[in-house]
Amino acid sequence: MSGVEKVYGGTGLSASQVEDGSIFVEHDALDCEYTWDAGVAIGRYLQELKNGRIIGRECDECRRILVPPRMFCEICWRPNDRWVYVKDTGTVNTFSICYVNWDASRIEPGHPPHLPAVIELDGATKMIGIMHILGEVDPQAIKIGMKVKAVWKPEEERTGAITDIKYFKPY
Amino acid sequence: MAFRERIEKNTGNIFRSSEEGKYFPVVSRYTAGVAGQKFLEEIKENEKIFGTRCSKCEITFVPAKLYCERCFARMEKEHWVDVGTRGTLYSYTVAYEEKDGSPKETPSIIGAIKLGDGLLFHWIKESSADDLEIGMEVDAVFKPKGERRGSLVDIDYFKPKK
Amino acid sequence: MRKVAVVGAGMTKFVRRALETPKELSFEATKAALDSCEMKLEDIECVAHGSAPDAFDGIHQKGEYLADGCGGWNKPTMRVFNGGATGVHAVCHGWYHVASGMFDTCLVVCEEKMSNAMPHAQGFFLTIFDHITERPLYPNLLWIFAMEMNRYMEAYGYTKEDMAIAGALIKNHALNHPAAQLTEKVTVEDILNSEPMAYPVYRLDVSPVSDGAVAVVLASEKVARRLTDKPVWIEGVGWNVDTSYWTNKDLYYPRYLEVAAKMAYDMAGIREPHKEINIAEPYDPFNYKALHHMEGLQLSPRGKTVELLRDGHFDLDGEIPMCPSGGLLGVGNPIAAAGTVKIAELFYQLRGEAGKRQVPGDPRLGVAHAWGDLMQASSVVVMGK
Repeated sequence: MSGVEKVYGGTGLSASQVEDGSIFVEHDALDCEYTWDAGVAIGRYLQELKNGRIIGRECDECRRILVPPRMFCEICWRPNDRWVYVKDTGTVNTFSICYVNWDASRIEPGHPPHLPAVIELDGATKMIGIMHILGEVDPQAIKIGMKVKAVWKPEEERTGAITDIKYFKPY
Repeated sequence: MAFRERIEKNTGNIFRSSEEGKYFPVVSRYTAGVAGQKFLEEIKENEKIFGTRCSKCEITFVPAKLYCERCFARMEKEHWVDVGTRGTLYSYTVAYEEKDGSPKETPSIIGAIKLGDGLLFHWIKESSADDLEIGMEVDAVFKPKGERRGSLVDIDYFKPKK
Repeated sequence: MRKVAVVGAGMTKFVRRALETPKELSFEATKAALDSCEMKLEDIECVAHGSAPDAFDGIHQKGEYLADGCGGWNKPTMRVFNGGATGVHAVCHGWYHVASGMFDTCLVVCEEKMSNAMPHAQGFFLTIFDHITERPLYPNLLWIFAMEMNRYMEAYGYTKEDMAIAGALIKNHALNHPAAQLTEKVTVEDILNSEPMAYPVYRLDVSPVSDGAVAVVLASEKVARRLTDKPVWIEGVGWNVDTSYWTNKDLYYPRYLEVAAKMAYDMAGIREPHKEINIAEPYDPFNYKALHHMEGLQLSPRGKTVELLRDGHFDLDGEIPMCPSGGLLGVGNPIAAAGTVKIAELFYQLRGEAGKRQVPGDPRLGVAHAWGDLMQASSVVVMGK
């Protein structure tokens, strides 16, 4: 059936063999937690999200307005120049209708699918977008190019996180 | 002030890898492998410790390995050797702290026990650290058969030869 | 730079759950590669090995752990790692060891054991996303593939059926690959009717999760000519990485791959790759990715790829056979090892030793590609006889 390929080993096991104890296994899990400093650019980005606004950085050399903000332009390789607010409206650049959770488990029956999207924000340069999720929309009606608007958590519930925007909805 | 408290005080923007108390819920499951399966089976079923001996390189690997790492010979059935359950204490240390830094109720002794040309790490019990000497002989103490599951901890601990 | 040849290749069978430890998998592949060219470990001067995130095998500093299984005991040994691009990148890395004149022989070994991650390797992919601006949304890897596929199809009006045709073509090649995880024929309908996971990605649009290892032996010209009458030369290598701000670019076209491919083609003296390349092994963790990468590799004009696919241009007996190995989609996807399968495939194909998968017409030049990280990295190797 084949040529001269040398194939050694690769002994396949069934799921039950590793569960019934006939194949010896050990289990271990990472027992620690990380804390991250958000840094200069993302620190300000999060503070502004808490205020109900989205902020980016502008580079005077390539004229791009960058979101999420960073203090340097990776294309021009120089410190960029100023803070610029962008709008909380934008255009769906691409999306998915996802029936799988983050750990590959399937969503519960009756649970609506996850609706991740890349949203190009109004006021930022074309093709500059962020990843977020869509809501208040029939999944089958989502189209690339659809206009969407951020739905914010109430001010008192915001913590300075990307999740201060609950989702984006069509408008 | 701990590092985390310090950065939390100085900046408002600290992010954790999980919600408080909810660790990253992915677990690793390790098979013992082709050689490891047989190695552990001998411990579990027969209270025996096996190595594999490469006669060309004159090395006895403990725990048993599938291959000689020096010449890449495959260790077949005839290479398996019973190295006995008595080893020599190559080195040891005494642990006074748990891994989170809190003091242990009773300090524990961890030994590096030479069997064949390899070292097994295991607990040393039935002895105080003061009575231990590098080079002394130690014996494996196995758990009762019903409690063994095919694991290095089917050997409960090692103790100095009586 | 000196000429460098591939003189041997070997691999384990790819399986969903392997009994072997990661070291043992590496040993089996390495032993097979040495046996294929009748070499001994003592003939090897250095080792270049590749493995993707430590998280999958669940072994921190996996490079050091794997080294003795890769034949690295008491030898200069170096690991490379750039996610999915590792399997071809490790060969670029090994190529340098020999081309530079430092060494005459080099083992390149790539391994991954995905089944150690419980309940599923997918869980660890959460950690590749930005820890502050993306991870709180609990994304999984399917999200970004699905969104790239959606954008790609939208850009040219390609359909899910078009993508499934590519998937079936590649998967079925694997039926003739002795290491393959896939053992049953898959039809376009099977793919289109499989479980929707993340629209537009369905279950059979995706490669299986696998354990496995692959190794190849590299040699300088003088050693290669002594060892074999049929050395396969590494004619060019290239690699490139784009920004990790993956939402700040258009995903429909992998520009970084174009740059990597041009680097390799320039080195190989190739001006018109679509006319000169006889075999392509684009990276194919998802069926659309193979087509996306054929465009990036300059082997198909942007937007015309589906037309060529439907005309049989990429069939085994077509102009540029695509993934004759069976690819990640069929042979399986132990991340780093999956890329090296493509190098091994060009080795077999260019020597005329690929059995039922053999591309007809005496192929002379092939290209292998692997892709990875956050929609941003590509590594390319051009091989010829």
